[in-house]
Amino acid sequence: MSGGGPLLVMRGMVKSFPGVQALRGVDLTLAKGEVLALLGENGAGKSTLMRILGGAQVADGGVVEMEGRAVDLGTPQASREAGVAVIYQEFHLVPGLNAVENLFLGREVTRAGWLSRRSEREEAAALFARLGVALDLEVPCRELSTAQQQLVEIAKALALQARVLVMDEPSAALTNHEVEHLFGIVRELRAQGIGIIYISHRLEEIARLADRVMILRDGAKVGEWPAAEMSRREMIERMVGRDMVDEFPPRATVPGEVRLEVRDLRRGRAVRGVSFAIRRGEILGLAGLVGAGRTETARLLFGADEREGGEIWLDGKRLEIDSPGAAIACGLGLLPEDRKVQGLVLQHSVRENFGLPNLSWLAPRGWVRRGEERRAFGQYVEQLRIRVPHQEVRAGHLSGGNQQKVVLAKWLARRCEVLIFDEPTRGIDAGAKYEIYGLMNELAAQGKAILMISSELPEVLGMSDRVLVMQQGRVTGEIADARRASPEELMQLAFS
Amino acid sequence: MKIFLQKAAAHYGMIGVLLLLCVFFSAVTYSDQSPAGAAGAAQVAAEVGGMGGAPQVLLVSSAQPGDAAFAAALARELPGRGARVVAAVSGEPQAAREALRQLVADGVRLDAIACTQTAGAWLLFADLAADFPELGRPRLVTPRSYRWPNFLKTENLLNIANQIAVIAIMAIGMTLVIVTGGIDLSVGSLLALAAVLVARLIRDYAGGVAATAWGMGLAGMAAVAACGVAGAFSGVMVTRFRIPPFIVTLAMMLVASGMAFILAEGQSIYQLPDGFIWLGRGASFGGVPNAVVLMVVLYGLAHVGMSRMSAGRYLYAVGGNREAARLAGVPLTGVLLGAYTVSGLLAGVGGVIMASQLKSGSATYGNMYELYVIAAVVVGGTSLSGGEGKMSGTLIGAFTIAVIQNGMNLTNVESYTQKVVLGLVILGAVMLDKMRQAR
Repeated sequence: MSGGGPLLVMRGMVKSFPGVQALRGVDLTLAKGEVLALLGENGAGKSTLMRILGGAQVADGGVVEMEGRAVDLGTPQASREAGVAVIYQEFHLVPGLNAVENLFLGREVTRAGWLSRRSEREEAAALFARLGVALDLEVPCRELSTAQQQLVEIAKALALQARVLVMDEPSAALTNHEVEHLFGIVRELRAQGIGIIYISHRLEEIARLADRVMILRDGAKVGEWPAAEMSRREMIERMVGRDMVDEFPPRATVPGEVRLEVRDLRRGRAVRGVSFAIRRGEILGLAGLVGAGRTETARLLFGADEREGGEIWLDGKRLEIDSPGAAIACGLGLLPEDRKVQGLVLQHSVRENFGLPNLSWLAPRGWVRRGEERRAFGQYVEQLRIRVPHQEVRAGHLSGGNQQKVVLAKWLARRCEVLIFDEPTRGIDAGAKYEIYGLMNELAAQGKAILMISSELPEVLGMSDRVLVMQQGRVTGEIADARRASPEELMQLAFS
Repeated sequence: MKIFLQKAAAHYGMIGVLLLLCVFFSAVTYSDQSPAGAAGAAQVAAEVGGMGGAPQVLLVSSAQPGDAAFAAALARELPGRGARVVAAVSGEPQAAREALRQLVADGVRLDAIACTQTAGAWLLFADLAADFPELGRPRLVTPRSYRWPNFLKTENLLNIANQIAVIAIMAIGMTLVIVTGGIDLSVGSLLALAAVLVARLIRDYAGGVAATAWGMGLAGMAAVAACGVAGAFSGVMVTRFRIPPFIVTLAMMLVASGMAFILAEGQSIYQLPDGFIWLGRGASFGGVPNAVVLMVVLYGLAHVGMSRMSAGRYLYAVGGNREAARLAGVPLTGVLLGAYTVSGLLAGVGGVIMASQLKSGSATYGNMYELYVIAAVVVGGTSLSGGEGKMSGTLIGAFTIAVIQNGMNLTNVESYTQKVVLGLVILGAVMLDKMRQAR
């Protein structure tokens, strides 16, 4: 770690979009061999800052220096040449090409016009050895797991001699096991002198991995602190900008009689005989690793996939659910894990999205009563405190929290009795999270039965009355009193 | 209000292009017009009547169509204005000369010669005073000419609408399919199939040239229904077997075209009653062609269905995000099946109209029409990736294409050049639209 001076300096970065000041003069420094955690709510300016660093967007003002020399980051190429590599949440790999081909895409090693595949292979193998991983180099990337694809992205960054590596939510789609492996690699790269900017919503990771924490709020820097000196609660408070009395709102509902009962749900290897019951006013948490069959169970319950066996009972009546339409008619509602792909038609207005599952009563004879639709949606905008400029705004223009509220409004208007929340707060900032939690508690208090799937252990334990742990398509454990259990207990059940 | 204006601009930007084209072709075709028929006659009658006294009038009209109506209307109107028609001539200048000689022989004094503009330009009348001094000094009265664009004449505008009716009607179905994120390449072939089917059914089962209106109606409905079945079949392939719409309808295009040729047995079927042209060439509603009336009615229905009914909402949702729509309880299979069936049905309607316009059925009809139909939809602002588009936009798109073709016909651009221009204009129109949206 020679040189003494900082590796990367960004000074006075300014960027505005129509109607929004995304960055108001942000400074950032990064030393060699340092992991800097960049924190902030959605819309705080993290992504904009990183897109500027990656050359995907051009700043309106500000200076960027690499090792003391000013650099111009006008395009992704310029940024790459300056030694910056950004790994976005969506990978930029060609699915049909294998790891080696992806690694050398655009800068193939050729000899007299012919691809020199052997030297490419050798170089790739050396890179993966440096990362300490064994990977099948011949398989098309679409057949690799998410974690493996991420490794190819990291290797790509190394192949380009990147000295600054930006990782945007790298752990979001990984299993806990894979996250551990990722941490090992990040520490290894740090030891090699690479500066790493790490963005994550999972605060417990920050304390374990980062050297320094920098927090952004509303496009401005709140401050920087050594990671070791900050508690989880302090991080949240500084991101939100106010004192958090409690991360989870209090609740005083006592579950009543059984409402939803699921018996022996089955589909292939993903769901192998799942049974559970949810009582009136109860929030049942479903925990487990990614791939344990939690989302698959929810989809079977909702009729989104065809089930091979099992019965679903609600209030003592057996339900015939063979499609989402049938499930909705029976009073079920699903808030899917990926709002943008499964929950909303992004290019349509929030009003139309709201109306979609409600047309059976908004349009009883095929004619949509638009006035009624507007009135009903307006009521939920107020009740759920959805922040929309007007009802015709496209769903894609809203923040994650407001999108989730629109999805929730859809189901509330249908008077759903059973609500399935799949990762209800993924990608949602802390303030909106608290509001969503409050709404879930309110719904439970109204006597609805709620099933919640979440990968965030504090959330599962903080929100649920009872938690089921799934593993390889089966329910393998139960925590009867979630409020008193510890994350460690839960992890043990998930890994046992 | 601002939101409304923004939306209007986004959805109806193409109307600006259409209006510009209309202005352009109006300017290019601005030329002398002479009123003919009854309108011209009224003007001449008024002028003759204004001469005072009891003028003796010679009526001259050429053999051109429309001039007969002029002469008849004038003969009816002049006596009421106090004038006396001493003779009426219709035909060549030679006939007029004969008539003048006869008038001289009879010793008739002539006060006015009322004639159409064509006849008024005959050399014979220029030398009248020298050749027939005996007649006195008759005044030559012709309808006054005025300047007006050929493009903007009522007949021409109705002609444009009638020419595009077939493509515009098929574009309704195509819009539905494209809004769901699909495509229907089979409509051109289905048009041919419907045209051949309706012609054969009338020839073989409804009594050929002696067919009744009922028989023709039934034959037309059967042809349309057959195309609906073909569309539904495509829909089943797309939904049940998940074959991409492009492939399914490409196959259907070949199948339908082949079947049309088989059914037509390699010839054009023309043994149809005269009444069969009612749909394609008739104008039973105040001079507006029947096909245009049908087109307007269908667009009205489609617009209301797309914007006000749950079925329309479902179409947009399926095209916008199929998975989200399904998880919101939208009956995916039904919606897609419906869209392809309607597209087939409307292709059938287009085929029947075309057979009626040409009073025959042939398997060569509708060649490349699927591409013009898709062009109309895309020029109308509908996104090929689905989820967005408006019926009114499609109608504007269809008229944009029709106006370009008609305008080039009026300005004598040859047909190969027309194709080049049309292609470039389609590209330019969509490019403008994209640039406007990006702003």
